[in-house]
Amino acid sequence: MHPAPSVIVFTTLSGLGFGLLMFLGLGFPAVTGWVAFVFFAIAYALAVGGLMASTFHLGHPERAMKAFTQWRSSWLSREGWCAVIALLVMAPYGAGLVFLGETYTALGLIGALFSLLTVFTTSMIYTQLKTIPRWNMKLTPAMFLSFSIAGGALLAGQVNAAMILLAIAALVQLAYWKQGDEAFANSGTDMGTATGLGSRGTVRAFEPPHTGTNYLLREFVHVVGRKHAAKLRVISFVLAFVLPILILLISPHHFGALIAVLSHLAGIATSRWLFFAQAEHVVGLYYGKR
Amino acid sequence: MTQLPQSTDRKMGLVIDLDTCVGCHACVISCKGWNTENYGAPLSDQDAYGSDPSGTFLNRVHSFEVQPEQGHAQLIHFPKSCLHCEDAPCVTVCPTGASYKRVEDGIVLVNESDCIGCGLCAWSCPYGARELDATEGVMKKCTLCVDRIYNENLEEVDRVPSCVRTCPAGARHFGDLGDPNSDVSKLVEERGGMDLMPEQGTKPVNKYLPPRPKDTIEEQIDILAPLLAPVAEEPQGFMGWLDKALDKLPGGNA
Ligand code: SF4
Ligand code: SF4
Ligand code: SF4
Repeated sequence: MHPAPSVIVFTTLSGLGFGLLMFLGLGFPAVTGWVAFVFFAIAYALAVGGLMASTFHLGHPERAMKAFTQWRSSWLSREGWCAVIALLVMAPYGAGLVFLGETYTALGLIGALFSLLTVFTTSMIYTQLKTIPRWNMKLTPAMFLSFSIAGGALLAGQVNAAMILLAIAALVQLAYWKQGDEAFANSGTDMGTATGLGSRGTVRAFEPPHTGTNYLLREFVHVVGRKHAAKLRVISFVLAFVLPILILLISPHHFGALIAVLSHLAGIATSRWLFFAQAEHVVGLYYGKR
Repeated sequence: MTQLPQSTDRKMGLVIDLDTCVGCHACVISCKGWNTENYGAPLSDQDAYGSDPSGTFLNRVHSFEVQPEQGHAQLIHFPKSCLHCEDAPCVTVCPTGASYKRVEDGIVLVNESDCIGCGLCAWSCPYGARELDATEGVMKKCTLCVDRIYNENLEEVDRVPSCVRTCPAGARHFGDLGDPNSDVSKLVEERGGMDLMPEQGTKPVNKYLPPRPKDTIEEQIDILAPLLAPVAEEPQGFMGWLDKALDKLPGGNA
């Protein structure tokens, strides 16, 4: 899949933002006044900034409101609803903390739930696609959720929780890579089933339908950059998990925490780039490519 | 409405004959020609006369080579357009309701004025049957020429999809695959019509007819050889006289 920067920025930032909102909704850290304002400002900037970025790749962003209509069948529509509900519910909750010093616990809990649901629905947009075996796995939502919760804990300054949650997220990441590498082969789809000619012999793409490129090849058959995948995996793993945990162990204070957050963000963005760049769509088979 | 209908009254679709398709791409051109100037946004091209041309097409023809365990490889031309799937994933993923499957005939269409161009439906289609138009920013796909098949302004013979009407080899057939007595259903039955990627669970309506077995030609080097052998070694009768007469002329018997 083509790793579109808008989608990588969106899923990375909003995942982190909604993770932080979830912790704030649950009352960690229990802040009020100006401190609460800063926390909520960061969370909203990440979540809303991410959502805005996601509209950049639309052909008709001005019609984006229509995407709220099909929540009965579409995960993309459900994601829109969850995100809006989470942001709307967290606003009065945050205002209560910032301006009144009041904690509306029920609002916070509902906001936290919908923050989590937003990340889950985002992950289901990818997970539902049988056409991309590397995404069509239970580990995909597990990965999105564990990343978001660990990142949220990190941003919320929950040092002990963050170390444990980062370790869990790291394990999920490893499992995702391992299972993902076998997913295409295990999907049962190959050039034989794609053409229906597999029972007759070995099928080879002889001539493509067009001499130039097209939307399908640009969008789904992204082979450039995959060759560095192994190195990028190491880089992303170290940045996203190893380094932040070490920093938290050694100096869990403001400056250290900031470095840990930035390192985590860079690591998750790299992992997300790989999530797209390494994903192979079955349509590539018609072109004899993956 | 992007929930799929429980069932459709008819299942209109195409039957594509991989045995007779000659790979001429006439259907590709006629499809683009008809659909760029009729229903919906035109099918744009980018850098059409430059060094890196690309464009939107609703129908494309691949060519595959199949090498059996024994014997010669076979070349198979493979036209591919939307298969108007019964369990169309492209419909249910659509957040706006732009993609839908019609109850009356099962045709899968895009309402372009509702499409936000998110591309998710194209991601969900295993067959690459949907292309986001780079100029219009909306999703394009085969409409089964919905603006031809019911079009009373056209001669009856033309009330079939453009690709079907054009194919010089008769490799594309159009009809109701939900009616077991239709010509297309009988053809599928007779020829063992197949689904593409059945494991994807899309239940395509369009069927593909597999290539028929070829004659075995392993025995002889050239099946025309017996026909090429000289019928008479020595000319006789009039031809024999002529042959000799010509030989006697000066410059003859070269
Ligand atoms: S072939 Fe693709 S676009 Fe057509 S109905 Fe099936 S899934 Fe949808
Ligand atoms: S590109 Fe258009 S038709 Fe396809 S899923 Fe998005 S809104 Fe629906
Ligand atoms: S039915 Fe019409 S739109 Fe579909 S491939 Fe044929 S010519 Fe193109």
